[in-house]
Amino acid sequence: MSRFVSIVVWGAVAALAALAVGVVAVHRGEPISTLWLVVAAACCFALGFRFYSKFIAAKILALDALRATPAERLENGRDFVVTNKWVVFGHHFAAIAGPGPLVGPVLAAQFGYLPGTLWVLAGAVFAGCVQDFVILLFSVRRDGKSITEMAREEIGRVGGFVAYGAVIAILIIILAVAALVVVNALKGSPWGTFTIAMTIPIALLMGVYLRRIRPGKVLEVSVFGFLLVLLAIWGGQWVSQTPSMARVFTLQASSLAMLIIVYGFAASALPVWLLLAPRDYLSTFVKLGAIALLAVGIVVLHPALHMPAVTRFADGTGPVFAGKIFPFAFITIACGAISGFHSLISIGTTPKLIARETQTRMVGYGGMLAEAAVAIMAITAACVLQPGVYFAINSPAGVVGQTPVAATATISGWGFPVTASEMQALAHAVGEQTLFNRTGGAPAFAVGMAHIFSQSLGGEKVMGLWYHFAVMFEALFILSLLDAGTRAVRFMIQDALSHIYQPLGQTSWYPSILTTSAVIVGAWGYFLWQGVKDPLGGINSLWPLFGIANQLLAAVALCAATTIVIKMHRTKYVLVTLVPLAWLVAVTFTAAWQKVLDRDPHLGFLAQAQALAAGPATAATPRLIFNNRLDAALTAVFVVMVAMVLIESVRGWIAVLSGRKEARMKETPFVMTRLVEGKA
Amino acid sequence: MSHVAKAARILLATLREIFDEAAYARFLLRSQMASSQAAYAAFWRERESSHERRSRCC
Repeated sequence: MSRFVSIVVWGAVAALAALAVGVVAVHRGEPISTLWLVVAAACCFALGFRFYSKFIAAKILALDALRATPAERLENGRDFVVTNKWVVFGHHFAAIAGPGPLVGPVLAAQFGYLPGTLWVLAGAVFAGCVQDFVILLFSVRRDGKSITEMAREEIGRVGGFVAYGAVIAILIIILAVAALVVVNALKGSPWGTFTIAMTIPIALLMGVYLRRIRPGKVLEVSVFGFLLVLLAIWGGQWVSQTPSMARVFTLQASSLAMLIIVYGFAASALPVWLLLAPRDYLSTFVKLGAIALLAVGIVVLHPALHMPAVTRFADGTGPVFAGKIFPFAFITIACGAISGFHSLISIGTTPKLIARETQTRMVGYGGMLAEAAVAIMAITAACVLQPGVYFAINSPAGVVGQTPVAATATISGWGFPVTASEMQALAHAVGEQTLFNRTGGAPAFAVGMAHIFSQSLGGEKVMGLWYHFAVMFEALFILSLLDAGTRAVRFMIQDALSHIYQPLGQTSWYPSILTTSAVIVGAWGYFLWQGVKDPLGGINSLWPLFGIANQLLAAVALCAATTIVIKMHRTKYVLVTLVPLAWLVAVTFTAAWQKVLDRDPHLGFLAQAQALAAGPATAATPRLIFNNRLDAALTAVFVVMVAMVLIESVRGWIAVLSGRKEARMKETPFVMTRLVEGKA
Repeated sequence: MSHVAKAARILLATLREIFDEAAYARFLLRSQMASSQAAYAAFWRERESSHERRSRCC
């Protein structure tokens, strides 16, 4: 493309981006088309990739196509394999796209569609993509080292220790929150419970098929498994309409929580080929298909957004979770804007597959942009609902009232009209007994997705099938995360325990497997139980805890990245990583401060404990008080840990910049690539 | 047409990588085994003993 044409084309993209963001930001009153969101996101992401990532690649990272990557130097046909860049991109995206970018934006929609949209656009382009990109490249230059190893080597021992602790803590909290989302999506839903229950025998069947009948034919068995899942969704409708069967599969939240805890333990202890791997394949298959389908549905049908741009809950009085837009919108939407968890994925398999350094830009920065696009879809799915319906689904009974009449009166009183009969009709259309108090984000997303598709594909008659397809898709995602996450923490703890007693580190020694599995499942199970019993719905306290922990891990990753940038003598460009780091520190420290010490009992853990102590005592009161104090202590520990990393990092930066310390990095020495152009 | 065929090939290769079929094929090549129950079991044994444990994001 000639320079003139390039200027014209990119000028037009920039103008369109400004127009679309302007319309999204300024428009008030009548509903606007979702196309404005789509255009704003597409143009901003294209500009970010074309200009900002190129700037980072050229000025800071100095990507070198001639430098051999570990995939080439250490190629062994097992972990290190030179792979086509599009294949690596797809593989990386499949690993980073979990339920987070779907659930977080739905919860944050209580502020309106605007705060979440602006945060996803700016957060992804200037923070999330930058983190993923630089950490991926730095890992490639260190033979695929992990974030904990990089933090230890580049920042110091405190950095490594904190990163290790933060990873375990985040995993435990996210597993509890994810399980709670599933519980809230399935409670009182025989259709959903039956469908999800059926995915367990389907996964086992797939495992046996792969092991005994057609070894290694994963794509084939995934198609087979997907068809069985569709059959299970259809069968779920029959179950929900058959009273004797419906009774069996209609479960309360506490029963579902116990079943998920037992399931988590079994999945962690069973051989990986039998349950975990087939479920992961099935989940990935459904995930990629459903995301593609939703993207097409939103672009083709472009429904109107009924949620206001900014709601009255910007003041912090929201029913979904307490707290003002700043800082809570920015920790509620983590995956989709910036997620510390990605710094774990960026250093997993991906750096060992990259053929050329220059490809890290598309895989790292581009992969995160794709995830941000998923977050925009989730905002769309939540905001196409009438606001009254959205709040009826997402508000806990402890806030809006126990009965449909009380809940609709409260929500209508906020200026979001909704009636009990309207909610009953919607519940009937999607095959549920009720949609009130279905906190957690998954049911609202499922209703939104069903609403979008019911506008063309089969109409309202098949809304129940679409709804349960969406619930199944999210629950499958989450249960895969439970399987993989529990096992990942188990390996980390077993690694640590092996320093005390060597057999404890053996991943095939059953006494160690059972003990560590029980400890981990007990830990996330405790928080899950706490969420189930929380009168405010659990999400109110647990999701912010997860958000704070996740963003603090991102802060650790950005501390390591900033340290490396300074050691590379690129200090004049240090703001590229330093600004997102400063923003995350401001957001997470403010959120942590408010969650621990705010005097509003809906917001502050300690204030809630105090209010409970002063109120009428029930059998559950002592436990609720203890849980709030535990959450406060955990939040404080997170913040102290990250403050330690931050202080150690800043001391290191000052020492290097003042010349008191040598800027020594642990990069692998340069080796010239031998790959011909075609192979990479 | 060749572009479509190339895109389809890349898509299939991506799916094979995501679904571990490519890893299994590389294992068979490296260990000079034919696909069988025993080979697939050996593949999983190697994966489970490996330090490379695939992460999944939230």
